[in-house]
Amino acid sequence: MNKQMTASQAVSQLKDGMTIGIGGWGPRRKPMALIREILRSDLKDLTIAAYGGADVGMLCAAGKVKKLIFAFVSLDFIPLEPYFRAARQNGSIEVMEVDEGMFLLGLKAAAMRVPFIPTPIGLGTDVIKHNPNIKVIDSPYDNKAWVAMPAIKLDAALLHVDRADSRGVCQIKGPDLYMDDTFARASDLTFVTCDELVDTNYFAQGEEARYVFWERNQTTGVVHIPGGAHPSSCAPLYGFDAKHFKEYTASIKEENGGWKAYFDKYIACSESEYQQKVGGIDAIRKLPLPVF
Amino acid sequence: MSEQDTSKQALIDLLICAASDAWKNDGEVLATGITVIPRLAASLAMLTTNKDLLMTDSEAWIVSEPVPVGPRGNYQVKRETWMGFARIFDNVWGGKRHAMIGPTQIDRFGQANLSCVGGTYQKPKSQMLGVRGLPGNSINHANSFFVPNHNKKVLVEGECDMVSSIGYNPARLPKGYTLNDIDIRWIVTNLCVLDFNGPKKQANIHSLHPGVTAAQVQENTGFAVHVSANIPTTASPTAAQLALINTLDPHNTRTTALG
Repeated sequence: MNKQMTASQAVSQLKDGMTIGIGGWGPRRKPMALIREILRSDLKDLTIAAYGGADVGMLCAAGKVKKLIFAFVSLDFIPLEPYFRAARQNGSIEVMEVDEGMFLLGLKAAAMRVPFIPTPIGLGTDVIKHNPNIKVIDSPYDNKAWVAMPAIKLDAALLHVDRADSRGVCQIKGPDLYMDDTFARASDLTFVTCDELVDTNYFAQGEEARYVFWERNQTTGVVHIPGGAHPSSCAPLYGFDAKHFKEYTASIKEENGGWKAYFDKYIACSESEYQQKVGGIDAIRKLPLPVF
Repeated sequence: MSEQDTSKQALIDLLICAASDAWKNDGEVLATGITVIPRLAASLAMLTTNKDLLMTDSEAWIVSEPVPVGPRGNYQVKRETWMGFARIFDNVWGGKRHAMIGPTQIDRFGQANLSCVGGTYQKPKSQMLGVRGLPGNSINHANSFFVPNHNKKVLVEGECDMVSSIGYNPARLPKGYTLNDIDIRWIVTNLCVLDFNGPKKQANIHSLHPGVTAAQVQENTGFAVHVSANIPTTASPTAAQLALINTLDPHNTRTTALG
């Protein structure tokens, strides 16, 4: 089965009101080319679930988000994500704010097709108070309170990987796959952008298949976009673009023109034009890996 | 360095050594110190008082010796175990961890807030990061906090605006739990070290940094702290500790850690 498609073909399968999970973590391995395609589209009223970075910030800025499921939104080296903050401080989005681990349990529950997973996480905190849909229950096995973390069922998951074949075999060679495998399993549809499109025989070499973390029947579509994670990182191929992130975060200031200025400069164009504006694929591939 | 810079640097090094003692008696747990002073403190503990500690490279590997802060030059990270973020949760849920982080607010119960302050929850005055891993950390393992600027905005009078982590609050205690199931250890600040060993888990002055009085601590704290009769002075760093700190922080990144 050939699952190769364009970014616009992938985004055309998304509908208003869908719950969409976004892989990666903060400023790392985000499917930004697909996010930009959504920003160019008419999609609206989305519920977004992510370990959030600029992906979430941009979708908030563009008014695409009805509800956000999150544990944090941050660029790490720039702790506060400006457009997410603005959306919260304007009261313009609904939120389901949960612990990072609860988020994973919610995805796992969806992936396992169970309604919830019991956990002590959240007990005694305002996470329970502010999320009346998260129930605290009794256990049939002891006399303690347990949080029944509900399944976070996704209509679509958007991921970026190092390489994939046209049948949807996806490889992540960076040191961390984050929760991408669980996003894929929690979702009805999974669209993956890849830096490199490879022949199926690639995976038969050496240990290459060890870096494949979900089965191809979890992948709906494969979009080949070298550098597609920019400005987030795709270790070991390239680091995140600190300079671009700084320009993006500074754009919220009125004197810099706000979201409209960023949108006009970097979104209201094709992906190849975007890449030229940020220095081209060679420059992206040279972005240094971050050191912590 | 000016006299002021010298005394600030001395305070920073004292805080690293004081905070390092938080992990001294923990045995073989994952030590996580977020931001430079807690990270250096955990690193120092791993090299001195608790060589059994586990630490990561802040990315995806457990390392057999703490990684120096900043650009690494020829330093090779000594990986011993893969530790992606999903596996950090496996470790958290197993309870063998002691984290030290710097929340925006901490209240008298040792509850902390990293999410948002002011306004309403639906429309906060200031949105920060979100609860991150605080709910899970606090119900699963030992936690300490670092406060670079000890004042009533951080150590608040009432409860935290958004209680992100469980603490010693009897009113919030879940069914089947006692206060002893919660493990909030220390709050290391620029004035003192607080623990929760006062009556009924009240915040208590564990040690005062040189030149700081208990009255000064109380004055800058939004809640009543327990003051015992003989409060020790926080130990000053030894020459050996200072040498190790310099190795762990070769670019002196810590110099700006107190602003």
